[in-house]
Amino acid sequence: MATFKDFRNSIKPNWCPGCGDFSVQAAIQRAAANAGLTPENLAVVSGIGCSGRISGYIKSYGFHGIHGRSLPIAQGVKMANRDLTVIASGGDGDGFAIGMGHTVHAIRRNIDVTYIVMDNQIYGLTKGQTSPRSDVGFKTKSTPEGSVESSIGIMELALTAGATFVAQSFSTDLKDLVAIIEAGISHKGFSLINVFSPCVTYNKVNTYDWFKEHLVALDSIEGYDPQNRSLAMTTLMEHKGLVKGIIYQDKEKPSYQDLAHGYSKDALALQDLNLGEDTFKQLAAEFM
Amino acid sequence: MIEQLSWKVGGQQGEGIDSTGEIFAMALNRLGYYLYSYRHFSSRIKGGHTNNKIRVSTYQTRAVSDDLDILIAFDQETIDVNLHELRDGGVVIGDAKFNPVIPEGSNARLFAVPFTELATELGTSLMKNMVAIGATSAVLGLAPESYQEVVEEIFSRKGAKVVEKNMEAIKKGSEYFQGIAGKIDGFQLNEADGRKRMFMIGNDAIALGFLAGGVRFMPAYPITPASEIMEYLIKKLPKFGGTVIQTEDEIAACTMAIGANYAGVRTITSSAGPGLSLMMESIGLSGMTEVPLVVVDTQRGGPSTGLPTKQEQSDLMAMIYGTHGEIPKVVMAPSTAEEAFYDAVESLNIAEEYQCPVILLTDLQLSLGKQSVEPLDYSRVEIRRGTLDLNAQLPDSDDKDGYFKRYQVTENGVSPRVVPGMKNGIHHVTGVEHDEYGKPSEVATNRQKQMDKRLSKLKSLKFDTPVVKNAPHEEADILLVGFNSTRGVIEEAMPRLEEQGIKVNHAHIRLLHPFPATEFKELADRAKKIVVVENNATGQLASIIKLNTGNHEKISSILKYDGNPFLPSEVTAKAKELV
Repeated sequence: MATFKDFRNSIKPNWCPGCGDFSVQAAIQRAAANAGLTPENLAVVSGIGCSGRISGYIKSYGFHGIHGRSLPIAQGVKMANRDLTVIASGGDGDGFAIGMGHTVHAIRRNIDVTYIVMDNQIYGLTKGQTSPRSDVGFKTKSTPEGSVESSIGIMELALTAGATFVAQSFSTDLKDLVAIIEAGISHKGFSLINVFSPCVTYNKVNTYDWFKEHLVALDSIEGYDPQNRSLAMTTLMEHKGLVKGIIYQDKEKPSYQDLAHGYSKDALALQDLNLGEDTFKQLAAEFM
Repeated sequence: MIEQLSWKVGGQQGEGIDSTGEIFAMALNRLGYYLYSYRHFSSRIKGGHTNNKIRVSTYQTRAVSDDLDILIAFDQETIDVNLHELRDGGVVIGDAKFNPVIPEGSNARLFAVPFTELATELGTSLMKNMVAIGATSAVLGLAPESYQEVVEEIFSRKGAKVVEKNMEAIKKGSEYFQGIAGKIDGFQLNEADGRKRMFMIGNDAIALGFLAGGVRFMPAYPITPASEIMEYLIKKLPKFGGTVIQTEDEIAACTMAIGANYAGVRTITSSAGPGLSLMMESIGLSGMTEVPLVVVDTQRGGPSTGLPTKQEQSDLMAMIYGTHGEIPKVVMAPSTAEEAFYDAVESLNIAEEYQCPVILLTDLQLSLGKQSVEPLDYSRVEIRRGTLDLNAQLPDSDDKDGYFKRYQVTENGVSPRVVPGMKNGIHHVTGVEHDEYGKPSEVATNRQKQMDKRLSKLKSLKFDTPVVKNAPHEEADILLVGFNSTRGVIEEAMPRLEEQGIKVNHAHIRLLHPFPATEFKELADRAKKIVVVENNATGQLASIIKLNTGNHEKISSILKYDGNPFLPSEVTAKAKELV
């Protein structure tokens, strides 16, 4: 059995001291070990931005792609080899600005990929511009007078897009975060896990203390049922999206791979590629 | 008796014009004639003039003919728009329903046949197309029975009664025409060789090539004129365990293809100019990360939305030089449907052997024009995956993290390749400059080594027939050059120019990048003039040739960018002027 240490490498992250992403990285490594994975059967695909570097910091097959495109790459990997565990990861700019189109469609497509977003409500690597998750009035380099655009309610959006697994967590809650990532990995279908991961350098509003004060744990709400979609929606709206825990899970809906007509039950990458003369002749005859 | 004729059917889009042409052509294909068709259509579903021009011959032709022998019209607009193409004494058969007329002084022979009325008498006006086919067969002197096999195949699902009715409609059309026109001389084709050939559009050939070449996954976004590749694989891939995903856009299609190729499945995507523009960043990712990738670009009229249903060859520069930075890339340009099949297979091999993006370039005329293809030879289908061995037992790594040297610097630049799931194969993949393990690195010496490694790979590229040569003259007056679908028109212009005493050689470029300068130069040196024939406004291929081989003073262009394919007469006349 692999332990979390087997998912470590010697590369030193280029994140700022105190960045929330360190904990997310550790949580993925622990969750992978807890889920019984081996490094060679895990693929971590990431986008561009501070958090996008994460695929290089975990010992597994890692693919650091281009800005906003971690999800289509990750879905391609999973379609090619359904025996792999595929984690996609990146920041809120990567997933909810430039990559938003892919996020919505990955959610409704429901390919078995676990998507972990490190949400710090700011652009860090480009040195402090507004993000689609920034609150109205938030002052940044690109919004010196305060942002006038609404923040995307990403959890609500995921629910309306047909998500089968929606969760939110906070980078310092390591134990809960590990459990949520493990649940996401074992979920059959697409899982979206938004993790508040504070930027200590550029976001002086949404700090560790701010989140501690504002986040409400769903397991503290009496009668909360993560299988009740409308309750999930009203709860999110009541708390302006600032909740943590598994918000919604549909355990019944089959994944894309299980629904796709004719799609191989075994890893596609390991199939024999030769059609054979007879099959080819039949195919060619259709054009005669 | 004649060796070839051109037939055109026209009417409103959505009226069954395509299927009329299809049934006519399929029947003649079965008799062993060579066929070449080109459809005129618009970017809308119903309404608007559409036509299908089909050339029938006893020899192989791949050009739209200069003129027209027979025009079948379902409305007056078809006559108004197409009559100028009709040869002297050509035949127009219009549906009596709209009282067809031709301008005074025209020497066309007009016949009104009640297509709709005869069809309605048989039960449904839908069969008016079959009546028209019947009238055509009377002109050609073909027995209605020639259509029996094809009609059975198409309509047998709907029952024997429907087959019978449709055959009856063909017979009625034939009888009616003979009744009013008798036998018309000059339209009877010599007997064909009776050999079985395939009849397919270039996109069919590409899709079949991909399937035979081991493609099992295709993410793609619909677009004219590429969608048929996707549609074919949607039908076929599930039979082989694979699947097609219709993505949210072309960026997703291309990056998903990269993800799947990285994980070991032969995966392709296809699109046209607008889609390729969106894919350019991802193509750079494939070049930088050395993940094999094949993308089909079916060129259509640009720029922007341009002429989406019309012929053009203006993506050449974008395909060769597109994406920021410098990557190894191969651009292949088949010139016939047959070549497109074998090239589709080979593009997959090249992408895996050299671990780089390959653009399989076609144009609308090749992608959508239906043509006769000699039976394809499966023994020529070879699957070569380069350094990838899925069953390899990899040794332990000497790296402190146990990483695999996926980007090892080697003599030919091609590194060992592994895919996720393989033990001891773990490495990092990134679009950031990286070291031999794939770990990000900005070290100057490493940067230079990795750039040189990537860019040196194609120096050893092996490519069968990068230039198709038809060069009978030791010293030619003129070397005609083209790529993709202009092959047929150049082949047809050649003998016409020879008849006028002009010595012509022909070079058709099948490998556009890296440019086969040595092969080309040999022909260029043997010509007084080089004339590049291309469907664009700026002479892109001519520029590429100048860049790679010099010869500036010898090179001139024949260009056409009005949305229509070249005609043999146009190339002949313009080439003659340039000699």
